[in-house]
Amino acid sequence: MSAAGIDDPHGAYVLRLADSNLVLAQRLGEWIGHAPALEEDLGLANTALDLLGQARLLLTHAGDLEGRGRDEDALAFLREERDYRNVALVEQPNGDFGDTIVRQFLYDAWQVELYGRLGASRDRQLAAIADKALKESNYHLRFSAGWVVRLGDGTPESHERVQGSLDRLWPWTVELCEPDDIDHAMLAAGVGVDLAAVRAGWDRRVDRTLSEATLVRPADHPWRWFGKRGQHGEHLGRLLAEMQSLHRAHPGAQW
Amino acid sequence: MTSSNDWPLYEVFIRARGGLDHKHVGSIHATDERMALEHARDVYTRRQEGVSIWVVRSSAIVASDPSDAEAFFEPARDKVYRHPTFYDIPDEVKTL
Repeated sequence: MSAAGIDDPHGAYVLRLADSNLVLAQRLGEWIGHAPALEEDLGLANTALDLLGQARLLLTHAGDLEGRGRDEDALAFLREERDYRNVALVEQPNGDFGDTIVRQFLYDAWQVELYGRLGASRDRQLAAIADKALKESNYHLRFSAGWVVRLGDGTPESHERVQGSLDRLWPWTVELCEPDDIDHAMLAAGVGVDLAAVRAGWDRRVDRTLSEATLVRPADHPWRWFGKRGQHGEHLGRLLAEMQSLHRAHPGAQW
Repeated sequence: MTSSNDWPLYEVFIRARGGLDHKHVGSIHATDERMALEHARDVYTRRQEGVSIWVVRSSAIVASDPSDAEAFFEPARDKVYRHPTFYDIPDEVKTL
């Protein structure tokens, strides 16, 4: 069995969505036992489990589309870093609670716009997954946007720190709505979404919350970085090493 | 660092399904009402426990004092006539 990525554009499109959820779920899981309050610990864990559930459905679907017999475990645990297609935003380290919240907010706002449109996909399985996931993402966004406002419009220190989080994470948002060949092909096939429309919706959501939070929207960054094409920084390898170690040491292990 | 123990305490009430009363299930800490509702959801409804949540600041609840228990509750002890047990209930009435 090969451990490579998926070549077929339709499978690759679904794999990107799966990988972003999987990597962010793993990142959020790192907070378990470390969040600033028991209630936040559970809140982040709930979100992580929602994202993991979405990732499992999407990975299974991507494997089916590929048609080479790879199941969710094969795709999650037996691919190398360069074959991961998650957006680079989600592999960024957790940092402090504000960093995690800003990363989550930027991603949640994108997911809500994305899933809302994927519900009309010609790929009925993908549309069904999106319909289910949208309800979860709406809650995630409510949770993360609430915290962005609370921290941004909180104390001078919380404001300054969360503005710093936003400034640091902003460059990683460019690829969210920047279409490439796979996005264009899937839009033309009626499978994928129009990222220009997603961008407009994302802009509105982000601007509204940042304004409420008294935060300044950073300028768009000129450089382009595409995790969704397999460009990853130094952080993803370590995350995958931890996530994949059990499966690699005990292939096929079950609870 | 401040801990959530410094945050105000809220009591949480959950309605398990339509038609039932909200029942007290526990408490959470939160800095504001919105967070209180979200914390209640995240802590107490993870296993489909409810369809509706109430949260209320614990400090807003006026409670009876245990030292008043005698004066408050003992006088009801010998008022057996207050219980509606002296009526014959028709068989058709199922829900009493």
